[in-house]
Amino acid sequence: MATATSAIRVEGVTKRYGAVTALEAVSLEVERGEFLTLLGPSGSGKTTLLRVIAGLERPDEGRVYLGGEDVTDLPPYRRRVHTVFQQYVLFPHLNVYKNVAFGLEQKRLPRREIERRVTAALELVRLSGYERRWPHELSGGEQQRVALARALVLEPEALLLDEPLAALDLQLRKEMQRELKRLQREVGISFLMVTHDQEEALALSDRLAVIAGGRLQQIGTPREVYENPETAFVATFLGSANVFEAEVMARENGDALLAVCGRTVRVSLNGRRLEGSRAQVAVRPEKIALRARPLRKTDLVQLEGVIEERLYLGDATHWRVRVGEQSVLVTEPNRPGSRAEAFRDGQRVFLYWARESIVVLSQ
Amino acid sequence: MRASRGSEANRWIWLAPSVLWLVFVLLLPLGFIIAVSFAERGLYGGVHWRFGLENYRRALDPLYFPVYARSFLMAAVTTALCLLIGYPVAYAIALRVSPKWKQALLVLSILPFWTSFLLRTYAWMFLLRAEGFVNTMLLTLGVIERPISWLLYSDFAVVVGQVYGELPFAILPVYVALERVDVRVIEAAMDLGANRWRVFWRVVVPLTRPGIITALVLVFIPSLGAFITPDLLGGAKSAMLGTVIQNQFVQRNPPMGSALSVLLILAVLALLWMAWRAAGVKERQ
Repeated sequence: MATATSAIRVEGVTKRYGAVTALEAVSLEVERGEFLTLLGPSGSGKTTLLRVIAGLERPDEGRVYLGGEDVTDLPPYRRRVHTVFQQYVLFPHLNVYKNVAFGLEQKRLPRREIERRVTAALELVRLSGYERRWPHELSGGEQQRVALARALVLEPEALLLDEPLAALDLQLRKEMQRELKRLQREVGISFLMVTHDQEEALALSDRLAVIAGGRLQQIGTPREVYENPETAFVATFLGSANVFEAEVMARENGDALLAVCGRTVRVSLNGRRLEGSRAQVAVRPEKIALRARPLRKTDLVQLEGVIEERLYLGDATHWRVRVGEQSVLVTEPNRPGSRAEAFRDGQRVFLYWARESIVVLSQ
Repeated sequence: MRASRGSEANRWIWLAPSVLWLVFVLLLPLGFIIAVSFAERGLYGGVHWRFGLENYRRALDPLYFPVYARSFLMAAVTTALCLLIGYPVAYAIALRVSPKWKQALLVLSILPFWTSFLLRTYAWMFLLRAEGFVNTMLLTLGVIERPISWLLYSDFAVVVGQVYGELPFAILPVYVALERVDVRVIEAAMDLGANRWRVFWRVVVPLTRPGIITALVLVFIPSLGAFITPDLLGGAKSAMLGTVIQNQFVQRNPPMGSALSVLLILAVLALLWMAWRAAGVKERQ
């Protein structure tokens, strides 16, 4: 097997259920040792893609490669990827040891080899001493660890994780997030995780792929996708964003002169093409600052608005500010002496942001 | 929690119908049979109320052992065949057939119950006899040159009739158990490298064990005491426990028939206890 090949390669995969298209021409590559997250709302097709890779669904079109080998026509039990399912789905009739040993026994390995590897896998997920317990005796977090050990013990080409943390409560979820990251670094196996939790996706991934309506929307490092979302959907689904309509005044050398809320701004297109005279731009709410008085001389974009609503969230305050026709979201961290505390509903304020904070979206 | 006097009385009122039913239809006749089993045979089929163990001594006479052995063997063969046929049928209905056909197929599998068992057994006689449907068909098709003589009045016929009669009792409990198997567990097993065969033996069968045990019990116990099928379809030589008991009552020896019945009940209780233990271990998992 070639070493330069990626762990998983999906090429133009389409999957239809009757009239519903779950996946449409999705292409994706997961590098060796990479943690890639598929982020999307429910019904976006992300779980279907995982099942196609695992072999539990057959794609209508396209191919799936694992470690360079075309596995599209292979059944799930011949593929070197294993899945951690959302509800763990441990074997209820087998104890922890037998659950982890299940896959190894299918390979008909010698008993001592199985014992050695099961012990090592349980150690890896910190469940040594749990061998004789039954699945129903375990907490959700412990079941999750067994599910991880059961898949990792087989040393797969890649591990597929289907919303692995969704069933856990918040505290445990945070803990398991760090645990997942540690595990992935320790074993060095590619992880392909499906989630609808954007924070989880940002925190864990080397790269993340946003998927919606069965189509891949954007793929990149968390920073790339967050800072430079390609579409209005990505901008608002991954974090929040204010999307403004803009008029294209002129374009030159990869820059464009845009009219946004009555201001003319020069922005970088970042390689995106603008067609026609209309455009959409996005500004993240935390990149906007609020002031009671206008700045005299500034390079910043400055707008005037009226406070509509204040939402105190402990660590930050979310403001809704009416600017002309549009309601703009502004978030400010709650630091000591933060002047924002003093704004009242209906008060006239000024909004500022740097022009680098403006992202031109593709239509 | 301690129930108040009022609700205590209330509970007995609600329980009364089933308690009365149990007492008059089950416990009293059972007690009567046990009592009779220790009595003596009277003249003209009456019961002479002098108690002793004579009936049991006779029942445990080695003379009867071949009959017991035959009954166990026939019941075992019937049970094995019912499970061998019933499990795949239940599997297909539970996991392979589209939901809209499930109900129809289940109804079909219990449809024979709508007519009397006796009638259906006569139908088998009609099918299996020397000039019956099966022989005629095979002769017409040229598969055989002479009617097969062992189709009726043979152990073969008894097993066919028994399997036919008991099959729904194998299908239904297995179906219920299979319905409860989480399809995702099957997917997880395949995902971990088990092919369909191994998924079946390592996951599906263990998870449906309670249903299998129920099917074994529901088929084996009635088969052990069956008398209609052996009587109508069986050969003259092939005495079985059920027919022997029946004969005792017909030949005016109720005490002997009762003793044999009590022994049959004891054997069944022992088997039930074993099945309960086998299923009980499972529950603790």
